[in-house]
Amino acid sequence: MSRSDWEVVIGLEVHAQLNTASKIFSGASTAFGAAPNVQACAVDIALPGVLPVLNRGAVERAIRFGLAIGANVASKSVFARKNYFYPDLPKGYQISQFELPVVQGGEITIRVGEGDKAYEKTVQLTRAHLEEDAGKSLHEDFHGMSGIDLNRAGTPLLEIVSEPDMRSSAEAVAYARALHALVRWIDICDGNMQEGSFRCDANVSVRRPGGPLGTRREIKNLNSFRFLQQAIDFEVQWQIDTIEDGGRIQQATVLFDPDTGETRMMRSKEDAHDYRYFPDPDLLPLVISPEWKARVASEMPELPGAMKARFMEQWGLSAYDATTLTASKEVAAFYQATVDAAGVAQAKPCANWVMGDLAARLNKAELDASASPVSPAQLAGLVARITDGTISNNIGKKVFEALWNGEGGTDANAADAIIEAQGLRQTNDAGAIEAMIDEVLAANQKSVEEFRAGKDKAFNALVGQVMRASKGKANPAQVNELLKRKLEG
Amino acid sequence: MINASLTELRAALDAKRISSVELATLFLDRIAAHNPSLNAFITVDRDGALAAARAADARIAAGNAGPLTGIPLAHKDVFCTEGVLTTCGSKMLSNFVSPYDAHVVSLLKAAGAVNLGKTNMDEFAMGSSNENSHYGPVKNPWDTTRIPGGSSGGSAAAVAARLAPIATGTDTGGSVRQPAGHTGITGIKPTYGVVSRYGMIAYASSLDQGGAFGASAADCAQLLTAMAGFDERDSTSLERPAEDYAREIAAPANDKPLAGLRIGLPREFFAEGMAEDVRAAVEAALDQYRKLGATTVEVSLPNARLAIPAYYVIAPAEASSNLSRFDGVRYGHRAAEYRDLAEMYAKSRAEGFGAEVKRRILVGTYVLSHGYYDAYYLQAQKLRRLIAQDFQAAFRECDVIAGPTSPTTAWAIGEKTDDPVQMYLSDIYTIAVNLAGLPGLSHPCGFGGGNLPVGLQLIGDYFGEARLLGTAHQYQQATDWHLRRPA
Repeated sequence: MSRSDWEVVIGLEVHAQLNTASKIFSGASTAFGAAPNVQACAVDIALPGVLPVLNRGAVERAIRFGLAIGANVASKSVFARKNYFYPDLPKGYQISQFELPVVQGGEITIRVGEGDKAYEKTVQLTRAHLEEDAGKSLHEDFHGMSGIDLNRAGTPLLEIVSEPDMRSSAEAVAYARALHALVRWIDICDGNMQEGSFRCDANVSVRRPGGPLGTRREIKNLNSFRFLQQAIDFEVQWQIDTIEDGGRIQQATVLFDPDTGETRMMRSKEDAHDYRYFPDPDLLPLVISPEWKARVASEMPELPGAMKARFMEQWGLSAYDATTLTASKEVAAFYQATVDAAGVAQAKPCANWVMGDLAARLNKAELDASASPVSPAQLAGLVARITDGTISNNIGKKVFEALWNGEGGTDANAADAIIEAQGLRQTNDAGAIEAMIDEVLAANQKSVEEFRAGKDKAFNALVGQVMRASKGKANPAQVNELLKRKLEG
Repeated sequence: MINASLTELRAALDAKRISSVELATLFLDRIAAHNPSLNAFITVDRDGALAAARAADARIAAGNAGPLTGIPLAHKDVFCTEGVLTTCGSKMLSNFVSPYDAHVVSLLKAAGAVNLGKTNMDEFAMGSSNENSHYGPVKNPWDTTRIPGGSSGGSAAAVAARLAPIATGTDTGGSVRQPAGHTGITGIKPTYGVVSRYGMIAYASSLDQGGAFGASAADCAQLLTAMAGFDERDSTSLERPAEDYAREIAAPANDKPLAGLRIGLPREFFAEGMAEDVRAAVEAALDQYRKLGATTVEVSLPNARLAIPAYYVIAPAEASSNLSRFDGVRYGHRAAEYRDLAEMYAKSRAEGFGAEVKRRILVGTYVLSHGYYDAYYLQAQKLRRLIAQDFQAAFRECDVIAGPTSPTTAWAIGEKTDDPVQMYLSDIYTIAVNLAGLPGLSHPCGFGGGNLPVGLQLIGDYFGEARLLGTAHQYQQATDWHLRRPA
């Protein structure tokens, strides 16, 4: 049997570290990279007698997330203790939310694939809840012992749980990327995956299409989109192979090894802890008043979905363009600023530039749009010159390179300065263009004959010759039209 | 001076008839003389006390003294004290010197009170007799073959034997009121949330509450006033304006100072189970209250009988989790030898905890386990609500509730140690108050067989501390039980 006989079912649990300055239940700093245990206060190391106090900034970020995904932000939610022993869990329990999470439901629309095969899909979320992170166990450099670093203990996390709505690793990655963009967009998480600020666990199972859900295995702690994809692909194949070889999938937690590209079992269901959840008596139920929610809502930025719809409905962009331009907060802001400067009539050419030359250049330089050396106003100035016929699109690329390299200064009219300085203004003089066409036709009789024999390609070659003769400055539309007239006339 | 009230001590200090250093020395010497037989203190901090007393004398000389400046006291060893051993009565913390002060401790330090030391207690505040301490049992000053009650038995014995004029305690199921009753002193547990739990080593977080011991209601009122108050570090601390709990401590206006006061007598508390000597003392005290103008009315607490089972689900559940931090990793006892992490945990905890603590951790772990949670923990929470509702219904008919603090007087050391359930039943009158979060007070009301003190419990509605203290004070103005001292 082939892989197409199986349906893949994936749900994701994402731990997003909230970007508060202090921890979720103590005043210690959350900054990354400090020497071990210097950012662990009495509460974080769980001295006898200490008590947790909830950081309202963490709650506010959870509210923001709930509003962003159209979820129910619970007016009352409850912190619970998840009890287990581990040396980097100082209290012997993690404060989390269990039965009543702060965010309930919600959805995120993703776009999967490229080109004609691209499609949109809406992923339902189960919940998102607040909890504290544990510390870190360090198993090297201690001569057979383990070191404990509690700097991370008590760092606020939002655990975001999806329904098992994804049907391929591509969908899972698209969802994770959309979620990653969203938490950065609403400024609740820095999204730094290397530092562990955004970690994914994937629940994966396979089944016969339309059949009951298969037994799932959970792949823990995937900290890049590439690993997420590789781990799911490996796991899916392993599960299919196992079943087709007559085996059964046992519920388990597995780890992905990036070196081998394989998943391996960490613990089976039989080894699973009984966490003995119960409401934390040290914390009152978390009450979120309608006023609080309204205030947070009033401070929310325009969300990617709304922005995308506006780009499509008001600016006439395609779904692909609108999705691409709202894939990150920085790109969206750059594009919005470019159109603000260029005028809404230029929305489409601005989109092409932002998604085309600018994106390519940024990507090559590993910069994000907010760090672009070409400002939105400068790009708008360039687009204006192309639209008004001062330069051709091809010359525009040359001008863009000059802008990128800082030629033309930092002013909004830098493109004009470059065009003037380099004499790049387009020739619209029909007489001059006709003269160049005549020269080209005379020198390229072979191409003329080929064209007349029905080879359309020959026409393009002739246009190219004329453009070259003009050093790119001839108006291409004019060249096309005049050349056509000459050849047909 | 040994038997003086706080008001008298204040006057003597302010008039320079005695210095704080002299007063502290007086009590430190009494501790040195009597603690070997009573075992009321785990740690005596002579140097710290004398340093604090010198600072208090300077404050008094500068005219900056507050009500407790220069007054010696003792802290139950459940409160973290910076730089001072804080054991919670356990081998687990027998090496734990706290790097910080509990909120209560820092408030009393700031008030200029002089901490003499840390008092003995049942391990992690689990017990009714003070026999569960790693540091050995505390003896009742009235009869050293008997228990002083628990878990704050060291504080109660210290105040009863005048090793300290006042002392702090904590009360999770009766741990202030019951030992106060058994040692013939006054003790109050306020409404849950009045005293910050920050730095008070947790036994059962939703029930634990700091309280005060003194010879009289007037002394307790002063200590409670200094201990109480909102603390943003405790999320269950109540954000209310500061209160003077001594505001109803006043000389009797006439011979019926309690006229208009309705005292509710729960039918269930006066049914069988109460020893005859206790009943006689309690009935006599109620007669005295009626003489002072109060009226008594029978009320009912129909679910009170369920308080002990509910308590012995909720408290162990919370304790099993609260005590998980004692794992030998960061502080406290760690086994000398172990092969791996699991064995380090198992041996450190097996060695560090005593039998009763282990029993409650096991019970708590069981009732929170998958498949049992609904049947035990959730059910107990429902009972808890019913019990609280019973009290609210009763308070529609009365202003305070009265009854015995304990069903018997202090029993002999060792008498109930083999029967935990008999031990648990001794808290039958006090536990419901914690489940409801209400304030409760115990004051001496006479003696039973063997010249052992009997306590009367007064229970108030939420935030009724000042009234409870004022009521007890009127009783104490008309009686002298609170002035009696053990030989």
